[in-house]
Amino acid sequence: MLLDGLARLGRSGLGALERLGRAHLLLAGMVLGIGEILRRPGLLIAQLFNIGVLSMLIIGVSGLFVGMVLGLQGYYVLAQFGAAESLGVMVAASLVRELGPVVTALLVAGRAGSALTAEIGLMKATEQLSGLEMMAVDPVRRILTPRFFGGVLAMPLLAAMFSAVGVLGGYFVGVGLLGVDSGSFWSQMQSKVDFHEDIVNGVIKSVVFGVVVTWIALFQGHDSVPTSEGVSRATTRSVVHAALAVLGLDFVLTALMFGE
Amino acid sequence: MGSRRPRATRPAAVPAVGSSEPAATPDAARSGTSPDNGPRPGGEVLVKIRGLSFRRGTQVVLHRVDMDIRRGAVTAVMGPSGTGKTTLLKLITGQLRPDAGSIEVDGQPVHTLGKSALFRLRRRMGMLFQSGALLTDLNVFDNVAYPLREHTDLGPSMLRKLVLLKLEAVGLRGARDLMPSELSGGMARRVALARAIALDPDIILYDEPFTGQDPISKGMLVTLIRQLNDAAGLTSILVSHDVDETARIADHLYVISHGEVIAQGTPREIAADRSAWVRQFMDGLPDGPVHFHYPAPPLADDLLPRGAA
Repeated sequence: MLLDGLARLGRSGLGALERLGRAHLLLAGMVLGIGEILRRPGLLIAQLFNIGVLSMLIIGVSGLFVGMVLGLQGYYVLAQFGAAESLGVMVAASLVRELGPVVTALLVAGRAGSALTAEIGLMKATEQLSGLEMMAVDPVRRILTPRFFGGVLAMPLLAAMFSAVGVLGGYFVGVGLLGVDSGSFWSQMQSKVDFHEDIVNGVIKSVVFGVVVTWIALFQGHDSVPTSEGVSRATTRSVVHAALAVLGLDFVLTALMFGE
Repeated sequence: MGSRRPRATRPAAVPAVGSSEPAATPDAARSGTSPDNGPRPGGEVLVKIRGLSFRRGTQVVLHRVDMDIRRGAVTAVMGPSGTGKTTLLKLITGQLRPDAGSIEVDGQPVHTLGKSALFRLRRRMGMLFQSGALLTDLNVFDNVAYPLREHTDLGPSMLRKLVLLKLEAVGLRGARDLMPSELSGGMARRVALARAIALDPDIILYDEPFTGQDPISKGMLVTLIRQLNDAAGLTSILVSHDVDETARIADHLYVISHGEVIAQGTPREIAADRSAWVRQFMDGLPDGPVHFHYPAPPLADDLLPRGAA
């Protein structure tokens, strides 16, 4: 009984290590395949459209509402200390440092990541990936690499858009509805938000999240069991693993960037 | 009479496991393509399989299989579902690696080739997948043009002409603008066939091409496979469990069961084979060496309460 349990635990551990190894081999294959998108930039542009442009609506709307909520909540807290004029810096710093990269990554994992997993999983289930291999075309370089770099490049752009729209949302609520001075809102933001410490660190975070979210999505699709149930499970795993990885990595990156 | 090998014993006509000699069949020296059931082409061996074994976990999929695929012939591998036919194709094309044995395609050991050498070899092979495996985001024209765009520097005008000729060969020149979702199953397979021959391969492999096809589509595919093989000088390997269609066009048949070759020969020889297993498969008998019932305890044990039986 005990030995059976230990054997199961061992098998499960070995299976997890094997998956981890396959995931890293896939990542290496995609990174080494960068030559493919340099030769055929059209492949990358198509994926930037699929992952980036088609996610703009959900990112824009979410950014607007998150910014509006930040404006509202921030105003009530700051007003208690007579610091309502600092609303601009509070909204901008929150968005650029944390909410922009993190919420964008979660939204991209849900919208584009799940789509990538399902697409690659279905291509595997319908033998399209095997068909490419039989045509002497490497599916990792031809299909996965453009999607990987598309996701990595789209993520910081979408996060920047999320933050920009969020700031406008905060401005609308704080200045437009609650009467905060417009000049103070913008000037404090300009003087207190640091380019390197806030914006560059935010961009670094979103690039890391872009790598992780797209990598997880593509690996789950590529490693899925080629059945309808297998693809469905892989899609769920893709979103769950990506969300957990983003939140965990956010803590680590924040500690590294802003810790003493 | 075709050579055959019941699971436990081996007649002399089947090559010994691991032997480098091909099977000795009465008509081995004769030549000339005959699509019905007569002698098979006596060309050189293009694909040589020796002692091939493959496992999935603890399940033995193929066990010490020997085969010779001759140049210019249509060679069919037949057997019930789940006997390792598709696995055999994947091993020949290097999509899977065997646990034991060797596979040589035109003298090249597929099972030991590196990725780039394997890809070079695959440019000389075409494969028709059971599902067609068309790229769903490309239309018919672009699907057929895909391997040409990947592996040649042809200009748009020449590429267009070649693609249209390939589509004309399968009767679908008029469907070039359709998307895969707009094709019937038979049309999708014909498009996939046009794509498989786009690079003028030496070998073409068919994975269950007749499965799920209506009689008209089946007839078209049967004719196409034979005509393409003869007109383009191909070597065809056909995996199927459709007895009549396959026997009509094959020059040589291998019958496999439980991962082992149990009979081989021309369609006429296989038709004359009297072994119980071959007869059950070829005549579609519901019971025989392959039992109708999956192994189970007596029915009474399952239906009656314990102790009442």
